[in-house]
Amino acid sequence: MGDYILETEGLTKEFAGFTAVRGVDLRVRRGSIHALIGPNGAGKTTVFNLLTKFLAPTAGRIAYNGRDITALRPADVARLGMVRSFQISAVFPHLSVRENVRLALQRPLGTSFQFWRSERSLERLNPRADALIAAVGLAADTLSTAAELPYGRKRALEIATTLALDPEMLLLDEPMAGLGHEDIARIAALIRDVAKSRTVLMVEHNLSVVADLSHTITVLTRGHVLAEGSYAEVSANAEVREAYMGTGAGGAAGHA
Amino acid sequence: MAGTQPARSPRQAGLPRHWRLILGALLLAAAVAGPFLFYPVFLMKALCFALFACAFNLLIGYVGLLSFGHAAFMGTASYITAYTVKAWGFEPLVGILAGTAVAAVLGTGFGWLAIRRQGIYFAMVTLALAQMVYFVALQAKFTGGEDGIQAVPRGRLLGLVDLGDPLAMYYFVLVVFLIGYALVYRTIHSPFGQVLKAIRENEPRAISLGYRTDRYKLLAFILSATLAGLAGSTKSLVFQLASLTDVQWQMSGEVVLMTLLGGLGTVFGPVVGAFIDVGMENYLAQYGSWVTVIQGVIFVVCVLTFRRGVVGEIIHLAQRVTAGRTEAPPPAAVAQTAPGE
Ligand SMILES: Nc1ncnc2c1ncn2[C@@H]1O[C@H](COP(=O)(O)OP(=O)(O)O)[C@@H](O)[C@H]1O
Ligand SMILES: [Mg+2]
Repeated sequence: MGDYILETEGLTKEFAGFTAVRGVDLRVRRGSIHALIGPNGAGKTTVFNLLTKFLAPTAGRIAYNGRDITALRPADVARLGMVRSFQISAVFPHLSVRENVRLALQRPLGTSFQFWRSERSLERLNPRADALIAAVGLAADTLSTAAELPYGRKRALEIATTLALDPEMLLLDEPMAGLGHEDIARIAALIRDVAKSRTVLMVEHNLSVVADLSHTITVLTRGHVLAEGSYAEVSANAEVREAYMGTGAGGAAGHA
Repeated sequence: MAGTQPARSPRQAGLPRHWRLILGALLLAAAVAGPFLFYPVFLMKALCFALFACAFNLLIGYVGLLSFGHAAFMGTASYITAYTVKAWGFEPLVGILAGTAVAAVLGTGFGWLAIRRQGIYFAMVTLALAQMVYFVALQAKFTGGEDGIQAVPRGRLLGLVDLGDPLAMYYFVLVVFLIGYALVYRTIHSPFGQVLKAIRENEPRAISLGYRTDRYKLLAFILSATLAGLAGSTKSLVFQLASLTDVQWQMSGEVVLMTLLGGLGTVFGPVVGAFIDVGMENYLAQYGSWVTVIQGVIFVVCVLTFRRGVVGEIIHLAQRVTAGRTEAPPPAAVAQTAPGE
C-alpha cells in the first residue's frame, strides 16, 4: 500500500453557483495527524462532508487506500474504516452512554436487522463498551443518559463511540470547540494516543493544539488550499498570516 | 461492577420492573374480565384501534417518521379479508392472513417510495399514496363502492370455534392484539430497535457509524404497515364490514391523535390513547355531530396540558420520583446503591 491513505484530486463543490470547495488536492500520510485549518467559511466542514460522502462532489476524485470511493454512499465509507465526527457533538441523546457505544459495536454482530431477537443479546458487548468508556474517562457516567452529560463529556463519548468501530482513519471536525482547558488537554492526549495506530485528519481552530499534535497542516481559504506543510512552515507563510489577520483571527500570528 | 448491570434505556427505566409486572398482570386480568363488564363490540373496536396505533407509533415514536397514510394499510387489509371470507368463503384466519399479507406488500411499495423523503415530505408522500388507494377503493368493483362489503361472515375459527359468538370473537381479538403488541414490544427492544432509536436520535451519526439507514427505515415501515393491516383485517370481522371509512384520510389523522394522546414513543401509550378516543366516541355518541367538536376540544386540552401524552406523563413523573431518591449519593457511589433498588 502507498504512503498516502487518503488522496483527493481536484475536489470541488458548488452550492447553487457558489463554490465552497475549489480544486482541492489533499494527501494524508498514513499514520499521521493531519490538520485542516482556515478561517470560518473556508470550506473545511464541506471538505469533510465530501470525503465521507455526506455531500456529492461537483467535480474531482477521492481515493482511500488506493481505492476510488467517489461514488460510494456514506455508510459504506464508514465500513471501509474512515469514520467521522461532527462539528456539533453527535451523540444519541436519549440513550445511555453505554448504549451509545454499543451501537458502534453492534453492527459487526450481524444481528442489527433481527427485530425478533431480545436486546439482551447485546449485553455481551458490555465489557468492551465499558472498557472504551473507561478509556475516555467516563466510567462513572456509564449508565447516564447522554443528554445529561456536560459538553466536554459528550465529546469524549463521541470519541469512544468512534473508536468502538476501530477505524483505520478518523476525521474529527473541531474536536476542541466549546471545551474548557482541562477537557482540551484530556482530549488532546486522547487523540495523540489514538493516532499511534491510526491516521487522524482534523479540523481545529485552537492553534496551540494544532501545533502540538499535527505532523502536517493544510490551510484552506475560500475553498482552496493556501499552504501546506509543518506548523513552522505554514505559520511563516506570509499569505497565511494575512489570511488569518484579514479575518481578525489573530491566533496564527500570535503563535508564529 | 457496572459491567454486569443491564443497560436499560432511560425511557424504559421509568417504571421499576416489579411495578411493570404487577401492572401487566392487572391489565391482563381486566382484559379477560372485560366483556363481562363492557359491551364486547366496544372493547373489540378499541383493541383493533389500539393495535393500529401501536403499529403507527413504531414509525413516529421510534424512527421519527410521521406517516399520514396509514389508513391505506388498515383499509386495504380490511377489504381483502372481507372479500376472501365473504366471496370465496375462506376460513377467518386465512382471511386475516391474506389481508395482512397484502398490507405488507403494499407497505413495501409505499415504504420504498416514501423513506427517501424527510419530515413533512415523507408525510406528504404517504398521504398522496394513501389517497390513490382511497380512489381505487371508491372505484373498484370488488370493494362495493359507497356501500362497502357488508354482512361479512365471521365464520368458524379453524373450522372449530364459532366466532359468531361475541365472547369467542372477543377472546380471538384479544389474542390477535396481544400477538401484535408483543411483536411491537419485541421490535422496540431488539438489536434492530436499538438502531431505529439511533436513527430517530441522530440519523447522520447512525450513518457515520456505518448503518445504511434507509434499509432500517424500510423494514420498520413494512412492519408497521403489516401490523396496521392486521388491525384492519380483524376489524372487518368484528364489524362484519369493510368500508370507505377505513381507507379515508380521516382515519390516518385519527391514529395520529390517538398516539399523541396516549404518549408518542412509549410502548403502551397508543393503547391508552386508542381506548380514550374510542371511549369518547362511544360515550359522547348521544351528542350527535357535536362529538367531533368535543373530541377536538378534549384533544387540544390534552395536548396542551400533558405534552408527553397520558402514559408519557406518568413515566416522566415516575422518573422524577426515582431520580429524586437517587440524587443524594455522588455519581461514583451510584453503582454501589444499585443492588438495593
Ligand atoms: N449545504 C450548503 N448549502 C449552501 N451553502 C453551504 C452549504 N454548506 C456549506 N455552505 C457554504 O459553504 C461555505 C463553507 O462552509 P463550511 O464548509 O461549513 O466552512 P468551515 O467549516 O470552514 O467553517 C460557507 O460559505 C457556507 O455558507
Ligand atoms: Mg466547519
